[in-house]
Amino acid sequence: MQTNPVIKLAEIHKVYHTGEVDVHAVRGISLDIFPGEFVAIMGSSGSGKSTLMNMIGALDRPSGGSYLLDGIDVSTLDRDALAEVRNEKIGFVFQGFNLLSRTSALENVEMPMLYNRHRILSHEQRERAMQSLDLVGLGRRADHHPNQLSGGQQQRVAIARALVNKPSLLLADEPTGNLDSQTSIEIMGVFQKLNDQGITIVMVTHELDVARFTKRMVILRDGKIVTDEMVKNRSIAENELQRLRQEQQAVKLAS
Amino acid sequence: MRILASLKIAGRALLRNKMRSLLTMLGIIIGVGAVIGSVSLTSGATKQVEDQVSSMGSSVITVFSGNFTSGAMCGGWGSAPTLTVGDAEAIAGLKDVVAVSPEVRDRAQVLANGLNWNTQVMGESPEYPHIRNWGVSRGAMFSDQDIRSLAKTAVVGQTVVDELFPNENPIGQTIRIRNLPFLVVGVLAPKGFNLFGQDQDDAIVVPYSSHMHRITTRTFLNDILVEASSDKTIANVQDEITQLLLVRHHSKEQDFTVRSQLELMQAVTATSRAMGFLLAGVAAVSLVVGGIGIMNIMLVSVTERTREIGIRMAVGARAADILVQFLIEAVTLSAIGGAIGIAGGVGFSQIVAYFKDMPTVTPFFWIAIAFVSSAIIGIISGFYPAWKASKLDPIDALHYE
Repeated sequence: MQTNPVIKLAEIHKVYHTGEVDVHAVRGISLDIFPGEFVAIMGSSGSGKSTLMNMIGALDRPSGGSYLLDGIDVSTLDRDALAEVRNEKIGFVFQGFNLLSRTSALENVEMPMLYNRHRILSHEQRERAMQSLDLVGLGRRADHHPNQLSGGQQQRVAIARALVNKPSLLLADEPTGNLDSQTSIEIMGVFQKLNDQGITIVMVTHELDVARFTKRMVILRDGKIVTDEMVKNRSIAENELQRLRQEQQAVKLAS
Repeated sequence: MRILASLKIAGRALLRNKMRSLLTMLGIIIGVGAVIGSVSLTSGATKQVEDQVSSMGSSVITVFSGNFTSGAMCGGWGSAPTLTVGDAEAIAGLKDVVAVSPEVRDRAQVLANGLNWNTQVMGESPEYPHIRNWGVSRGAMFSDQDIRSLAKTAVVGQTVVDELFPNENPIGQTIRIRNLPFLVVGVLAPKGFNLFGQDQDDAIVVPYSSHMHRITTRTFLNDILVEASSDKTIANVQDEITQLLLVRHHSKEQDFTVRSQLELMQAVTATSRAMGFLLAGVAAVSLVVGGIGIMNIMLVSVTERTREIGIRMAVGARAADILVQFLIEAVTLSAIGGAIGIAGGVGFSQIVAYFKDMPTVTPFFWIAIAFVSSAIIGIISGFYPAWKASKLDPIDALHYE
């Protein structure tokens, strides 16, 4: 590819010094992810995928190797600089949604803008948060609190929050882990739609069904990449939803 | 991060646990309330004293005969008859002296109207009401002519009027002092009790010359009242009087004492200042106790909201942002507590003032002190929990259950 990669990992290592035994969670991973890609990082528990995810998300620094995020060498930054990178370059979507309770959807989406290095006027914050909510189809529920929203809607709010600072990378950690299969497909539909608009997405998951919605699958085992391939027979959310409905219809007719 | 946004977050966090926030504030509320309440009451009392002192005339100097501390024998006021009318006249000639009244005092049985009453009979000059800041409510003061002619004229206090002329106009009536008939020419305005609990209205004022030659046969004065032109000239006038009397009395030992109302006032304000320090000590202790309560609750709050801290860090909050957020929360808690405490203290003192009939004054200075120190307590007690929150690792915080 001709453009510069969004993520350029070179020989990344991560060693945890816990207790007497050093845990070598990531053992030399090199990976380039380019703008517009939609990558699933897969692996069983203990494969190092969460550790890799934390490092890609600038929540943690590698013990060795270099990591360029959008051309910035993240592996050498201090805490505050990492916070700034997270704020400007990365949008997080978590398995447990991680929304602030008793805070409206709109305010949840506005939150990352509070920590922008450049002050954003409050009406502009509101506008951008609304745009972001519209993008995930929740514009009309902006004043709802998380406990008034379904799991799928909460995850959409989280996605809107991740997008509000126009990050270079959307990072999703088991985004469908807490959702039923239909809602999971809907959320994957949202991701596919965003990816179609050019947003780079990296998603950690252990479900193959979910990974099939992405374009590229990276499989880890024992801290190393064992498979890195393009997804064949990629699932398309719209089609999958339609099939699901037909199946439900069939069940109804049969009964 | 913006202060306004932080305040909003803090307000929401505090409202989430209304009862807990209120109980946390209670320490500060009670501490500040107690301080403001007691300061109001003591300042009210102090002001009452100051008003009384200045009602005697703040630029008045009193020259007593005898010296409080001369030699080994401490005589006391008026123990040695040394002051004469000549001394008073000489003092009247000094610069910056506005008025002089030679004073002689005696108790005497007074008869009038078929009634009798034992009261203080004072010999004074016509300037006496002016010096003492004491109006003549009916009739008039006797004149300089009365002094020269040893006139048997008298100005009476309200208590004397109440005792001897219960239902009559005393002006023009005759009262007998030690069997000498005196004509009542004026009534002094009611003045009430003085600092020492004496009824100042229980007195009769006559010309000092009449007092010294007719009622008694004295040649010496109890004291001399002198009014200086202003507060600023008092010290100077005091010195001049001392110099003048030393020369006139041809003595090296000072056989008189010069005191001003200003000195009395200074003694009073020194007392109130000492009281102020005491209250400040009490305030400091109660605020520290309140601060410990805030710190305790903030530590609980940080633990409870670990995940929230993790989320905020994940979306880009820096350590300083988290620190400021929790600091503002602690300060909001303590400042609101301080404000409620101030309102409560003022309200309490107003209630006491209403039911106990005591004047209360809440100095703005103390309100400011109370508010600022409760805010500072918030910063101090909030700092450790806030610092702890800001040092959390975002990954651990995100996965905190």
